[in-house]
Amino acid sequence: MAGTIKAVENPKLSLNMFSPEDIQRLHAATLEVIEQTGIRFPSKRAQEIWASCGAQVDAKTGIVKAPAHLIESALKKAPPAYSLAARNQAQDLPLDGKHVWVGTDGCGVEIIDLYNGERRRSKLQDVEEIARVADASEQVAFHWVALSAQDKPAHTRGLHELGAVWRNSTKHVQTESIYSVAEAKAAVEMATAVAGSKEALRKRPVLSLMQCTAPPLGHDGGSLDAALIGAEAGLPVGFMTMAACLTTGPATLAGNLVVGNAEVIAGTALIQLAFPGAPVFYAAAQTASDLRSGAYTGGGPEDFLFGAANGILADFYNIPISMGSFATGAKEPNWQAGLENSLSTFMASIVVSDMLLGVGFLHGSRIWSFEQMLMDCEIYEIVRRTLAGIEVNDETLALETIKSVGPGGNFLSQKHTRAHMREIFVPNYLDRRPYNMWETKKDGPRDWAREKARKLVETHQPDPLDPAIVREFERIIAAEES
Amino acid sequence: MSKELFDAMRQSIIDGDPELAAELAQKAVELGIDPIEVLNQGFVPGVSYVGEQFGLGEMFLPELVVAGEAMKAAVAVLEPEFTRRGTERQILGRVVIGTIEGDIHEIGKSLVATMLSASGFQVYDMGVDVPIMTFIEKAREVKADIIGISALLTTTMVRQKDVIEALEDNGMRGQVKVMVGGAPVTQSWAKEIGADGYSEDAVGAVVIAKTMMGAA
Repeated sequence: MAGTIKAVENPKLSLNMFSPEDIQRLHAATLEVIEQTGIRFPSKRAQEIWASCGAQVDAKTGIVKAPAHLIESALKKAPPAYSLAARNQAQDLPLDGKHVWVGTDGCGVEIIDLYNGERRRSKLQDVEEIARVADASEQVAFHWVALSAQDKPAHTRGLHELGAVWRNSTKHVQTESIYSVAEAKAAVEMATAVAGSKEALRKRPVLSLMQCTAPPLGHDGGSLDAALIGAEAGLPVGFMTMAACLTTGPATLAGNLVVGNAEVIAGTALIQLAFPGAPVFYAAAQTASDLRSGAYTGGGPEDFLFGAANGILADFYNIPISMGSFATGAKEPNWQAGLENSLSTFMASIVVSDMLLGVGFLHGSRIWSFEQMLMDCEIYEIVRRTLAGIEVNDETLALETIKSVGPGGNFLSQKHTRAHMREIFVPNYLDRRPYNMWETKKDGPRDWAREKARKLVETHQPDPLDPAIVREFERIIAAEES
Repeated sequence: MSKELFDAMRQSIIDGDPELAAELAQKAVELGIDPIEVLNQGFVPGVSYVGEQFGLGEMFLPELVVAGEAMKAAVAVLEPEFTRRGTERQILGRVVIGTIEGDIHEIGKSLVATMLSASGFQVYDMGVDVPIMTFIEKAREVKADIIGISALLTTTMVRQKDVIEALEDNGMRGQVKVMVGGAPVTQSWAKEIGADGYSEDAVGAVVIAKTMMGAA
């Protein structure tokens, strides 16, 4: 049984962050950087596409300088809305500017073991178990590959991971861990097997590809080639910038937005020049580096502001966005994780970021925690309900009920109360018990989340993938490994 | 005269001004001041001050980096003077550093290189996408004490192990310590592949390198 998915939908709250002039200045500055400074595209195929469209390509450095009109006209060809398809059609996700869908985060390298609590290196079985818990979740709408299957060979790891997710979930998969030509081709083959045919895949892309840029102002060659292969097959593709203040971007937030935006829109324009009308998305997880260590922080006020700003830029270009939030630097599920993940998710959701990444990580997207995953789902649920705002109409004003209770009574036994009480949020992972009840065991949300995750890992049965498709996966991967 | 010059040198490091640091070093050379004295009484106190202030939380990473760059500029001017006098600059050790083959992520590695060089190491930065044998050959050529290998991808991280194996195959493992770093790299990975040191950030990497050289 494939479950329903809860999304932020048409939020009633809104944010007023930039003036139209601010956006124009960010856009103009971005175009100036692309045209005068250039973006590094270390891929022969990408360079040929740019050159054939009249951009200036330096074959030695791989730096492409593209005129503003070329970028702007290319971006106009991108479809503003489309759907991410799922194995189960009822779980398709419209990217229509009206919904926020949350995914599992990726791609980490360690996990807090669900049973002994020890931190250890990730393996394929973890990818499977996370997919299964995500399949059962009402909040998780799609997957990133959460953890690296480090028990599999490096050159086919991304394929093993992809297969593991599809075998354990009916939801859409967006992979962020395919970045070579060979793996991209094989991933397209696997997606074709799931969809049924190449045409079916084009109509209902069950896979999308997210590629990281190489800030500042660069791309990775393998990522570019993989994205082009994906786009050619009709898979939605996006480029994610993680340009961070101080290190890979300027210290100022606006300047860092310009660097990130230049990487993303130049990459997006490349896809449109190669395959006009191909589904693309903006992707970003910008932040400020830590002043002491230089590390990517994934939290703090700068992170929250970027969470909204990138979404506003994607709206300006009229393409969907896959947005990084929940990127806490906390080492365990704690105060910091709750604070950072709540605010980053709120800011990214209020501007209706189409895809939100994602639940489950600690220590700046490195260490998976099932406990954190379920608590992140609760954060998302709270944000979702907050953004729904307050509806004002005859029924919600409840005048008749107020009059009938009058001064000094209570509303508990009112029919109106029973009719609406289930609209009130009931937490899974907030402790509202009497003090003495807490005192007997001194347990808390983290313990409850761990219990729930264990139960889901042990009992949740996802709709199985057709054994013929599983065999096809095995054949494709074996061919790559031979 | 020297006192004023040394103070200015110290300040040029604190202000992170490579042009001024080089200019002052040149002036000292022209005045015939012993370069050992120039370093120890002029520039090194600047580096120490910045390090102390960083430890106190009063100065930050960008200030540490520019101080490192100023120090590097001063050393570059003094280097020929050491050679001319037949003396040698005291260094803590020689480090060959680079981002492993197949990986183009540069910033973390460059940061570590700058910090090591500012802390008194002779650093040979091989850049990014560095083939395994390039690490080995360079280490042999410069008689490196330490090799530093960076990787940002789980798929390239595995090649850190190949460098260590190549050191063994070439009979060099006994002479060269290996440090590994990069976002997916963990202490347990470092241990498993037999690396001698691991740090999550650049400041920690300097501490590790100093410990390796018995200078911490």
